[in-house]
Amino acid sequence: MSLHPEKLLLIHGLVDGELDAANAIAIEAHLKGCADCRAELEQIQAVRDLIAAAPLHERAPESLHKRIDLMIDAEAGPAPRASAAPGRPGFEPGRFAWAGSGMAAHVFSGRWASGLVTGLVAASLALAVVMPQLTHTDMEDQLVQSHVRSLLVGHLVDIPTSNRHVVKPWFNGKVDFAPPVPELADEGFPLVGGRLDYIDDHEIAAIVYRRRLHVINLFVRPAHTLSLPGGVVMRHDGYSLARWTEGGLEYWAVSDVDPADLKLFRHVYVSRATP
Amino acid sequence: MMSRGLRWPRLVTSADRRTKEAQGRHEQADAFRRTMMPHMDAAYNLARYLTRDANMAEDIVQDAYLRAYRSFDTWRGEAAKPWLLMIVRNCFLNSVGGAPERFAGRPIHDYVGELPPELIDVSTPESLLAEKNEAAMLRATIEQLPEPFRETLVLRELEELSYKEIAAIAQVPIGTIMSRLARARQMVADLLLPETAREARR
Repeated sequence: MSLHPEKLLLIHGLVDGELDAANAIAIEAHLKGCADCRAELEQIQAVRDLIAAAPLHERAPESLHKRIDLMIDAEAGPAPRASAAPGRPGFEPGRFAWAGSGMAAHVFSGRWASGLVTGLVAASLALAVVMPQLTHTDMEDQLVQSHVRSLLVGHLVDIPTSNRHVVKPWFNGKVDFAPPVPELADEGFPLVGGRLDYIDDHEIAAIVYRRRLHVINLFVRPAHTLSLPGGVVMRHDGYSLARWTEGGLEYWAVSDVDPADLKLFRHVYVSRATP
Repeated sequence: MMSRGLRWPRLVTSADRRTKEAQGRHEQADAFRRTMMPHMDAAYNLARYLTRDANMAEDIVQDAYLRAYRSFDTWRGEAAKPWLLMIVRNCFLNSVGGAPERFAGRPIHDYVGELPPELIDVSTPESLLAEKNEAAMLRATIEQLPEPFRETLVLRELEELSYKEIAAIAQVPIGTIMSRLARARQMVADLLLPETAREARR
């Protein structure tokens, strides 16, 4: 045990990114002057690295997936009659594509209506014409919602720091790609921190920058094979979105700043992110 | 976000009541699949570390999914993974004859300072070090951690849940989770990082 047992939980909290800014600053200051607590920090980090480096995850066997699938089918009962509503070829992600009953369920599901309505909304926007993929409208909805949610619930960042050397490794082990985290404060975009978010049921890295009083959420995920290179800047629900791909990653910047500012942000980010 | 689709006005207007019921059930099943199925590996992983047995873990996960499905209407759109893992944990506690005191009843201070004797008895550092495979050794170390430290460590380090989420799953205050996690990491350090452990325990 270190000489400062009362600091121990705070050191763990720091490592886990669980401290608020005031406590994080206080414990970081203490660590600078206390070799014992630094040793404690290093030990915690060593344990974490050890665990992170080893393949310790036990994956559910395929047979279990099948059993549970069948169980849910049985619980859901017989499928509704498919002739009651007009259908269109359904898209179900991945392994949840059902040839039979699932198809019928999909026809009836509200998502069919949702897709239609968002499709109509998108079509009514003049901007939609310049969008590379109309099917991305739902993606943009989700991004704007994530952006708004990050502002509302006071959960802007999981790891609050302006130090890019802290943000970048923080993503390591949380997502299986490494988003560049350049410091852009001198260009007027100070780094605020990083966050893990969910888009399309997948984890996505969110790097948070500021532009004056506005927040810019930069979402990063591996690029789909079909996604187009090059960038677009668009307006969606009153928010500006900029999309581009670079080095196998897809970037979406979302903010309420002017589209011109977001364009500038994209420019400085791309020029700093690529060495 | 997951339930958003369900709230859109339905285009189907002339469906009869029975069809609507079937439709509702299938919408439910559809939503359940989309939200909960992606977390099956996490559910299995937790069950595996709780039971330390592959067959038992499968049974518990299946039981948990059934309960989760039947109580899916109580899910309020919060993070799906911790919600599911709480059910997994409860199923495990039921399966071992409802002995939650093994988890919650023991004060944390019992363990501060020295390693619990059962941990040292079962697997000394020497026997563990004899294992060739480092991952297997680490896995064995985690499996030998006494509860509630094992589940806390697994939920934090393997499932990357926040203190708050772990506290909700284990139904104890966040401070307790922090103490357990610190203790669990210390145990792993003592077993696998001999030098640093010695230094830290001066």
